[in-house]
Amino acid sequence: MAHSSSPAALDALRRQVRALETEDRVTRAVLPFGVPPLDARLPGGGLALGSLHEVAGGAEEALYGATAARFAAGILARAQGEVLWCRRQADLFAPSLAQAGLPPERVIFADASDEAGVLAAMEEGLRWPGLAGVVGEVGKLTMTASRRLQLAAEKSGQIAIAVRRWRRVADAADLGQPTAAQTRWRVSTLPSSPLPVPGVGRPRWFLELLRCRAGDAFDIELEACDAKGHLRLPAPLANRPAGPHAGQERAVA
Amino acid sequence: MQGKSAPSPETPIVMVGRIGRRRAIAHMNLAAAKAGLHLGQAVAHATALVPDLLLHDLDIDGDASALRRLALWAQRLYSPTVAADPPDGLVIDATGCAHLFGGEEKMLIDIRRRLETVGLTAKVAIADSWGGAHALARYTLRPIFVVPAGGLGRELTGLPVAALRLPPELVLALAKPGFDTIGELEATAKGPLAHRFGMEPIRRLDQAFGREREPIEPVFAPETLRVAKIFAEPIGAPETMARYLAELTVELCAALEAASLGAKAIDAWFYRVDNRIESARIGLSTPARDARRLAKLLCEKLETVDPGFGVDKMVLAAPSAEPLAYKQDDAQIAGSAVRAAADLSGLIDTLVARLGPQSVYRLTSADSDIPERSVRKAPAIDRPAGFSWPVDWPRPTRFFPHPEPIETVALLPDQPPASFTWRGMRRRVRRADGPERVFGEWWKADAELARSRDYFQVEDDTGERYWIYRDGDGEDPSSGSQRWFMAGVFG
Repeated sequence: MAHSSSPAALDALRRQVRALETEDRVTRAVLPFGVPPLDARLPGGGLALGSLHEVAGGAEEALYGATAARFAAGILARAQGEVLWCRRQADLFAPSLAQAGLPPERVIFADASDEAGVLAAMEEGLRWPGLAGVVGEVGKLTMTASRRLQLAAEKSGQIAIAVRRWRRVADAADLGQPTAAQTRWRVSTLPSSPLPVPGVGRPRWFLELLRCRAGDAFDIELEACDAKGHLRLPAPLANRPAGPHAGQERAVA
Repeated sequence: MQGKSAPSPETPIVMVGRIGRRRAIAHMNLAAAKAGLHLGQAVAHATALVPDLLLHDLDIDGDASALRRLALWAQRLYSPTVAADPPDGLVIDATGCAHLFGGEEKMLIDIRRRLETVGLTAKVAIADSWGGAHALARYTLRPIFVVPAGGLGRELTGLPVAALRLPPELVLALAKPGFDTIGELEATAKGPLAHRFGMEPIRRLDQAFGREREPIEPVFAPETLRVAKIFAEPIGAPETMARYLAELTVELCAALEAASLGAKAIDAWFYRVDNRIESARIGLSTPARDARRLAKLLCEKLETVDPGFGVDKMVLAAPSAEPLAYKQDDAQIAGSAVRAAADLSGLIDTLVARLGPQSVYRLTSADSDIPERSVRKAPAIDRPAGFSWPVDWPRPTRFFPHPEPIETVALLPDQPPASFTWRGMRRRVRRADGPERVFGEWWKADAELARSRDYFQVEDDTGERYWIYRDGDGEDPSSGSQRWFMAGVFG
């Protein structure tokens, strides 16, 4: 049997498939994180708009989803427009959202009584043009449910974020199940950045990209997002602050 | 009579009506009844017995129109299907409405309380049938009577026959062979009863016990825009209902547009072939007359409508409408590149229709430093400007509405604990920030006068950060229990 396929033919085929896949999309734009080592490894140089992204917390955070929620808030704080936050448990603290860059005028909450209600509310929000994005706090996310969200996001160009949150830490194994999401992140806490004085410094995260369509998995240590939603490389990795120059300091003995 | 000119409740008052050519008492207040008067008594006789009796002529038309206005008021608040139940009552089809008020009893309390604020003392009952609720509201002593589903029969048996909405002469005729209570009438063989008294007592019995359907024909304000469609053949398939509902919505929106109005609420009634009226209502956060959007909202409500053997009439009305002028679409001029503040009222309405009005909201700042009081719900359609929450003080991402007690090992009263045990796990505190002292709000409750709390942000070995607080200042027992609590988790 003769193999007539050449790399050029394969490339053409790939392009064709890609064109078919992205036919319905209104946007292929991305939202960069503004952290070069992170953006460089994401396809397109940032988080794809018009797609579903999954975020979960590591270890005990699987129960609280606090890091995951703050990570999601940080992403949407940098996008334009209002945010719909769908949930079952009303324990998200609005003052902390405001500190993460999502003030009251930018967030609408929708409380559903079950996970199916959360997913339905998310889908409804995703169909609506004019929102920056939709966040939903769900435990179980099936292929069908995630596919619906992904398609709705593709049509409107919004960012959809599923904050995965379970009742038991053991249930977090569910994160390994396949979904239609574009990316899957896990955010774990690390000891905060050291301060020269006693106290709690800027929180640090161990950010893992577990799965990424058309991209590779990787992990990175970052400082958590600030009041405008920006992540930052920890100081020893980025450019250090300027040290004292010779001649700048003087001492009298 | 209102205000200062109104007589005190102790003054005996009677309303004078006509029975034949005789002027007789048609209604009276409690004081008049206590003075020994009774309904139907001749006025001349009554004034002789009670010299300071206040007389008022009965105004049947005025009463009827006031009752109608009251029905329209109740329609706006409680249910699309409300009718006047003359001469002295209202009837509300509360099917599927009570949950909006937190239950049937709460709904009745709400009705009574609202009527009380305008000076009306009401007796309210909720039961499986119009006849049953009518009887229980008028012939029992309880001001609020909730009959659980299926329990109507037992409650009705002891009530007098007059509670059946029968004409007075029929009640008198029934009393002669000894029928005093509904129970006695119900226990009698129906054949001979019909033979002697006609079908009326049996029809009313069946209606009271819920065996015969009795449609409540809703009131309409004359100014309410409404459209109706009558079907030659009853329809029942969901798709067909949705199609005609959409057609009617287009008609209603055209009527709204002609009047430069936008609907704030839309009621739909479905007249079933088996003499029953189903209803549905949607509320809108901003006045609207976009037919496609409204039709979508209404069609979602079709799930709750049971067409039974078919629907032969549909009515759509906008009971609450506000002026809505034409608005130029900015996006059309500036092009789609300009993304103005998007109009989200459509999304909000859809979510409200699906999840309920309490479940879609914004959270905005309240004037309080106590964390659990610093957040309040605001309508989703409002855009609160700014907030008064602290920007620099740490606030946890997840906040526990019910703080959980924790066991702590503390070194000094003024310092954060060295370690704590929460949910069965001991965590060593590596770093801590605080205290942030929050004082009780003495203007809200006397007990809070001396109270204070100290909040700390603590970080354990793994970097998990928690918000914990001590109830009290660590020294003065009057400032709190000095116990430690877990308030939230940081992200």
